[in-house]
Amino acid sequence: MKDKKFSFLKKKENVTYGIVIAVWIILEILLKAGMVSSHLEGLLVPMCYYAIVAVGLNLCVGILGELSLGHAGFMCIGAFFSATFSQIFKDVLPGGVRFFLALVVGVVFAAIFGFLIGIPVLRLNGDYLAIVTLAFGEIIKNILNALYLGLDSKGFHVSLTSVLELGMEPDGKTLINGAMGITGTPRDANFTIAVIMLIITLVIVQNLINSRDGRAIMSIRDNRIAAESIGLNVTKYKMQAFIMSAAIAGAAGVLFSHNISTLQATSQYFGYNVSIMILVYVVLGGIGSIRGSVIAAAVLYLLPELLRGLNKYRMLIYSIVLIVVMIINWAPAIIEKRQELMMKLRKGNRKNGTA
Amino acid sequence: MLSFLTSLVNGLSLGSIYAIIALGYTMVYGIAKMLNFAHGDFIMVGSYVIFIIVSNLGLSPVVAIPVAVVLCLILGVTTERVAYRPLRNAASPLAVLITAIGVSYLLENLALLFFGADTKSFTSVIPWSGITLAGGELRIQGVTIITIITSVVILIALQFFVHKTREGQAMLAVAQDRGAATLMGIDVNRTISLTFAIGSALAAIAGAFLCSAYPSLTPYTGAMPGIKAFVAAVLGGIGSIPGAMIGGLVLGIIEILSRTYISTQLSDAIVFGILVIVLLVKPTGILGKVIQEKV
Amino acid sequence: MKKFTKAASVVLAAIMTASMVAGCASSGASGSSGSAAASGEAAEGSSSELTYKIGVIGPLTGGAAAYGSCVANSAQIAVDEINAAGGVNGYKLELKSEDDELDAQKSVNAYNSLKDWGMQMLLGSVTSACSLAVSEETKNDNMFQLTPSGSAKECVQYDNVFRVCFSDPAQGTASAEYIGTHKLASKVGIIYDSSDVYSSGIATNFVAEAANQGFEVVSQEAFTADNNTDFSVQLQKAKDGGAELVFLPIYYKEASLILQQANTMGYKPVFFGCDGLDGILGVENFDVSLAEGAMLLTPFAADATDDLTVNFVSTYKKLYNETPNQFGADAYDGVYAMKAALEKSGVTPDAGVSTICDKVKAAMTEISVDGLTSEGMTWDASGEPNKSPKAVTIKDGAYVSAE
Repeated sequence: MKDKKFSFLKKKENVTYGIVIAVWIILEILLKAGMVSSHLEGLLVPMCYYAIVAVGLNLCVGILGELSLGHAGFMCIGAFFSATFSQIFKDVLPGGVRFFLALVVGVVFAAIFGFLIGIPVLRLNGDYLAIVTLAFGEIIKNILNALYLGLDSKGFHVSLTSVLELGMEPDGKTLINGAMGITGTPRDANFTIAVIMLIITLVIVQNLINSRDGRAIMSIRDNRIAAESIGLNVTKYKMQAFIMSAAIAGAAGVLFSHNISTLQATSQYFGYNVSIMILVYVVLGGIGSIRGSVIAAAVLYLLPELLRGLNKYRMLIYSIVLIVVMIINWAPAIIEKRQELMMKLRKGNRKNGTA
Repeated sequence: MLSFLTSLVNGLSLGSIYAIIALGYTMVYGIAKMLNFAHGDFIMVGSYVIFIIVSNLGLSPVVAIPVAVVLCLILGVTTERVAYRPLRNAASPLAVLITAIGVSYLLENLALLFFGADTKSFTSVIPWSGITLAGGELRIQGVTIITIITSVVILIALQFFVHKTREGQAMLAVAQDRGAATLMGIDVNRTISLTFAIGSALAAIAGAFLCSAYPSLTPYTGAMPGIKAFVAAVLGGIGSIPGAMIGGLVLGIIEILSRTYISTQLSDAIVFGILVIVLLVKPTGILGKVIQEKV
Repeated sequence: MKKFTKAASVVLAAIMTASMVAGCASSGASGSSGSAAASGEAAEGSSSELTYKIGVIGPLTGGAAAYGSCVANSAQIAVDEINAAGGVNGYKLELKSEDDELDAQKSVNAYNSLKDWGMQMLLGSVTSACSLAVSEETKNDNMFQLTPSGSAKECVQYDNVFRVCFSDPAQGTASAEYIGTHKLASKVGIIYDSSDVYSSGIATNFVAEAANQGFEVVSQEAFTADNNTDFSVQLQKAKDGGAELVFLPIYYKEASLILQQANTMGYKPVFFGCDGLDGILGVENFDVSLAEGAMLLTPFAADATDDLTVNFVSTYKKLYNETPNQFGADAYDGVYAMKAALEKSGVTPDAGVSTICDKVKAAMTEISVDGLTSEGMTWDASGEPNKSPKAVTIKDGAYVSAE
């Protein structure tokens, strides 16, 4: 009886959903009770979108087995397309509908770019693939940074030089203003929406992993030639995972742009260093471990924020923590020692028990 | 024509610096098989050392450069010993990559703490102003000429070292197959330490030239050239020493030419676009060897 | 890996509980500085006496740290001076600075963190995009915001936000007017940072105004934040276009490189910059002779000889061992503007954030401040300061008035 009751907990993905939902419920109660500091309250949505993009990247790195250093670029695509959409329909559509449609727009465009970039990228291997995704991320950022987009009664106007070049009618509205990016995006995202999106992402990725397609993708990761030889369409499966990974990053971008009123395509938001930061979440959480990605993204986003009291020493401490945690978690010698220690403890317990 | 030549010279100037960084990068990358993201920050450390000795202590660059080289060498070997070696046989090669990122953050923030964020103007270590051609219209800076000569000297020295000496052969063996190299009696730890020593020493030299050509020094000076040099190393073919040289020069020339003839604003997009095209045509870089996959 | 995830969940839970407790503490103590999270500066003021709490947000780490840390330091100097002289309305000022790493999201995080500390007025954010993002929050909370250097036009779009510096359009137009009326050149080249809001904002308005001023813009070349060391192409294009003057609406870090590279090229136009160029003489080890003859339109010059500037610069150098730049001067003036507005309105620290905002907002348009960046600065309700830019020329390694 007892076993049956908790059998749903035996599936490890259910535990992940449980943790997310439990954290959400606790925080919602505390928020309603006014017991959460506004600092922490402001961190909740960013925590969710970094968790989402980390899950997306884990799909690419952990499940597909290809290192991507360009996921911030897909985030950038999702953020810009959805924010442009929201700008256009700012006064036309009500908040909820507008955000849902903006989400669709952001995800679809990120997926399209994932497909377009995937065509050349997936022909390459290993570090070459990594560097090309990095290149694409930088290209996307560089072009969006120079892009001017306006809308007037005659339709869209595009320029790569300046807002004056758009040649708009007097009724025209500048949607993307070069380096200034998009300003005044409606703040449609909130913590509940972000958590729902995180759970949907988790469900999609977990189901993919457990499906026939997912096993095919993992077999390609483990041995491409063997997978090919049993007749798997390697390109198709690789592309499927890559597009999905890009689309998830795009969804995170939608949350990003609808959580803050300004959006610029600059390095600190969408540069290669951000892609690397997301990779840090994935690796620290455990390559291939979806739950690990969520937890690592949340903890590592919180860490420098909670170290604020240490002022200029905080990034220093963050970097030292990063190095130490990596060595403790990954160094084969230390893992061995840890296991020995655990064995000894267990033995000790047993001895005590018998005595 | 003259404007093209000027651009070409400017491109060579930038490219030769990328080349000299990429040479250090590719050594570590090719032999230790790790992407040392902190390489750019070793350059920054070297530059600060030279800056302090030359500008604050008032000593000659002849003293400063060897000191910087030695200090960077110690830094590189220590970093490898403390942060990278424990992870060498980790379950995923990404573990050591992330640690390298941690080291990069650490060095940048230490520099921020010690030297402040404000930019410092670097005194060129090469006092020679250069030569003028074509009736004074075409100028080639002294630092450009010296950098190119130095990078060629380093290239030849590295080629000689790797192919003609015992230690160099050991490096090649480690690069090919670490397990087999151990069986042949090669001390893998020692060989990789040596690789880091060479790579970091080259970083100090690169720092001297980088900051002489573009004399502004901040804690983040090394980051972008580091990434660009990594791109150059990939462009030339990972692990290939002449490839790093060619990759660096090609990248610098493309960057300047695209700025001159296409757009200054979109030059990054163009440079990275060309990288993508080159890798699609030649998926292992310009001089990279195609490795046959075995089942 | 499982062990790590477990450990991580424990850590996460611990962190969350800790920060929530901190949140409770600060809300429980209702405005007095009892927040456990606010260590450091706050510890000093944790006595029961009431203080005005001013928050500062700016990039204290990362590539733009030079600007943010100068703002934080200068604001601290102003606060210490005011407190030493007896405070405002009989109450002391208290200051706390938070880092935003030049990231708008982190700027909002910093704002929230300062709110937990009990901030009543905000001096920040230092940069345009961050300031703009934070202004959405201050508008919702009705918190008084004074940005020292957020120069984009939209930064002061809400009526609770004021600024100390000039707006980008104003600087671009004023520069073009100055060049036109003084007939400095007939052919002008521009080198600007297209990835920077400040720089591209000034450049756009400069070009628009140039047509009215009877000079020709022969080259308009950009660089980006990722590509800011090699300027050979941009300079070559200005030179090929025959530009007698090169307009540099950029920060001094890149400008110092441009001046050096122009020199090695043998190209010697007049260089003309905006307030971002101030600081170029302070770049450690920079050969100031290269800047000889360069002009800049700036409200502040660290070498000025008036008592106020001399005093400020010497205090700054003594405390932080660096020369302050115009960001710091803006922040210093910002604190004094806050002081003047607080005195005018007579509002006390025990009034709520919203009341302080309403009263100070109204008082801002009635005050006049003699500061580092201008004498007799006044504000109108739009949030823009009324002050005139000074043109200075660099002569023998020092700034002299160009008039």
